[in-house]
Amino acid sequence: MSHDPGEPGGLAQAPRPNADAAAAVAGTRSTHVDNPLFEYLLRLGDDRLVLGHRLSEWCGHGPILEEDIALSNMALDLIGHASALLALAGETEGKGRNEDALAYFRDAVEFRNALIVELPKGDFAFTIVRQFLFDAYSVLVLDALSRAANEKVAAIAAKCLKEDKYHLRHSSEWVVRLGDGTAESHTRVQAALDELWRFTGELFDHDAVDEAVAAEGVAVDHAALQSVWQGMVNDVLQRATLRVPQDGAYNRGGRRGRHTEHLGHMLSVMQIVARSHPGASW
Amino acid sequence: MGDATRGMSDSQWPLWEVFTQGNRGEPHEHAGSVHAVDAEHALQNARDVYARRGEAVNLWVVPSVAIVASSPSDAGPFFDPGNDKAYRHPQFYKPPRGVRVF
Amino acid sequence: MDQKPIVPSEDPAQLAAFEARIAAGESIEPKDWMPERYRKQLVRMMSQHAHSEIVGMLPEGNWITRAPSLRRKMSLIAKVQDEAGHGLYIYCGTETLGVDRQELVEALLEGRAKYSSIFNYPTLSWADMGVIGWLVDGAAIVNQTVLAKASYGPYARAMVRICKEENFHKRQGLEICNTLANGTPAQKAMLQDAVNRFWWPALMMFGPSDTDSPNSAELLKWRVKRKTNDELRQRFVNLTVPQAIALGITLPDSDLRYNEATSNWEFGEIDWSEFFEVLKGNGPCNRERLAARNKAHDDGAWVREAATAHAAKASTRSIAAA
Repeated sequence: MSHDPGEPGGLAQAPRPNADAAAAVAGTRSTHVDNPLFEYLLRLGDDRLVLGHRLSEWCGHGPILEEDIALSNMALDLIGHASALLALAGETEGKGRNEDALAYFRDAVEFRNALIVELPKGDFAFTIVRQFLFDAYSVLVLDALSRAANEKVAAIAAKCLKEDKYHLRHSSEWVVRLGDGTAESHTRVQAALDELWRFTGELFDHDAVDEAVAAEGVAVDHAALQSVWQGMVNDVLQRATLRVPQDGAYNRGGRRGRHTEHLGHMLSVMQIVARSHPGASW
Repeated sequence: MGDATRGMSDSQWPLWEVFTQGNRGEPHEHAGSVHAVDAEHALQNARDVYARRGEAVNLWVVPSVAIVASSPSDAGPFFDPGNDKAYRHPQFYKPPRGVRVF
Repeated sequence: MDQKPIVPSEDPAQLAAFEARIAAGESIEPKDWMPERYRKQLVRMMSQHAHSEIVGMLPEGNWITRAPSLRRKMSLIAKVQDEAGHGLYIYCGTETLGVDRQELVEALLEGRAKYSSIFNYPTLSWADMGVIGWLVDGAAIVNQTVLAKASYGPYARAMVRICKEENFHKRQGLEICNTLANGTPAQKAMLQDAVNRFWWPALMMFGPSDTDSPNSAELLKWRVKRKTNDELRQRFVNLTVPQAIALGITLPDSDLRYNEATSNWEFGEIDWSEFFEVLKGNGPCNRERLAARNKAHDDGAWVREAATAHAAKASTRSIAAA
């Protein structure tokens, strides 16, 4: 073996690896999921925690008093749903983490929410369109889950479904009011819809985790739900005189912890007090 | 700090009176008012403001201007049709433009 | 005490009947005859109260996104939402006196209306959430319980609803303080620092001594105000000092001492110059509070207009279809 780093234009020869190091450096392309039900519950819980947090940013800044109260109501409901789902997730994981441990002490890459919910709240049009697109999906998913063989999941889903139906009524009526309101409101809502559309595909993705939990009594037929969702959305958009975006390309990754840059900043704010006093009770 | 572009079209929306029924079989009671643009909107707002903690099983909303009220009892048996609103509110009366009624 | 002369057009017989009703403890309702001055005082008082609830959402809203547990996050959102609701109930009550909410909103945004001075202070740590519930809501409760028997029906009814919710806020605040007081050294220090910042402003919430308050005598006579500022402040101090003792924190007043003879906790001189500066608009957050409310209102204009436009279109369509 010749080492001749001094030769002009020459490169040093790398040392021959030992067999153990060679074997160890080869990783895997995808992470193995140990506990699919835990993963799945994180997805459900994180969606609602992140969305609830985004909605709560409107407190005190709403366009009119009545709407400030309505948005806060939805935020409260969603964080409540998240709390129940994350508590069950922690139980399922079996490592002693409760809902607060999961909410406040995981980094962004460990969150499993869909990308659509972590986007900054934007203007009222953006918030309401995002809410509508999510609510329409959520009532369908929770309705399916309320019939799950897994009793604990079914019970939580049934409870959340009632409130979600109310959210859908609220957000869909607002999409219509704004879509078929003034020229300005129409422009803003169409822009929001155009921006958000590429984030809707992820909601109906079906992956190995979904397959695995179906086998454990938590089955959701995402493909079937997507066409129902599309019908509901088309109805509302038509009443709102809005154009359905034709974007084919979707952004995804949240379900595997591959988030947008927005989530990190959101969590910095959300987690700062808790993380500054580890082990403290509040 | 008023915004000169706030036009006549910007308002806090019309006023509605809200009546809530605490439990089945009970009468509806006046709970207060909300602002909203139409009936569906008023129902939603009323639920968020007056019934979000499960205090009511049913709600009625009525445009405040639609309520016809009697005069206070000490006004005697004569009911003045010109004084038939539940209270005086600028939305119920149309003063000439530019005149401050307050 | 000087009182404004009765406007010549007020019928003395009606005024006498009105004052007799008040003295008899009766409720005045929106359509009852009332002196113009009574109506004006009520509009002023009620709208100030409503404005305070709305502006009060901001210092607490400041910590919603940083609340350190899901339970606290939900409680805080619920509390701030309740405050929006209280503002709404009282604005609606004020509207029964002949003024549109749009006018009230404009008066606040344009800096022509007053609101409680306490909300012009910043919230600097999580502990402020506990202290605001304990001291600020605590002070508001002392003020408000008497208002539940105010002479004006709509105000009294709004107050009954509000007092129920307010009690829950104060208990929540005290619970947060208790958790901090029994927590880590850093949490205890956080609590003490918050108390040091909010104690005196909380005492100022009751307003200056009534001899310095121009409206008091009239309001007392008309049963709109039921006790003097000093009486209410003393009641608050007597209630609160034992709570501070139980928490194991100190109050930033070296003159604080218990008077066996009167059963009152006596306290030091209040620096009223700070209060008057804050009232004038020179408190730490006056401008920020109004700027935030103006921004929300301005950003919301297109939303309000769109809803109005939509309703008009829908109504035209249904008339055409009929």
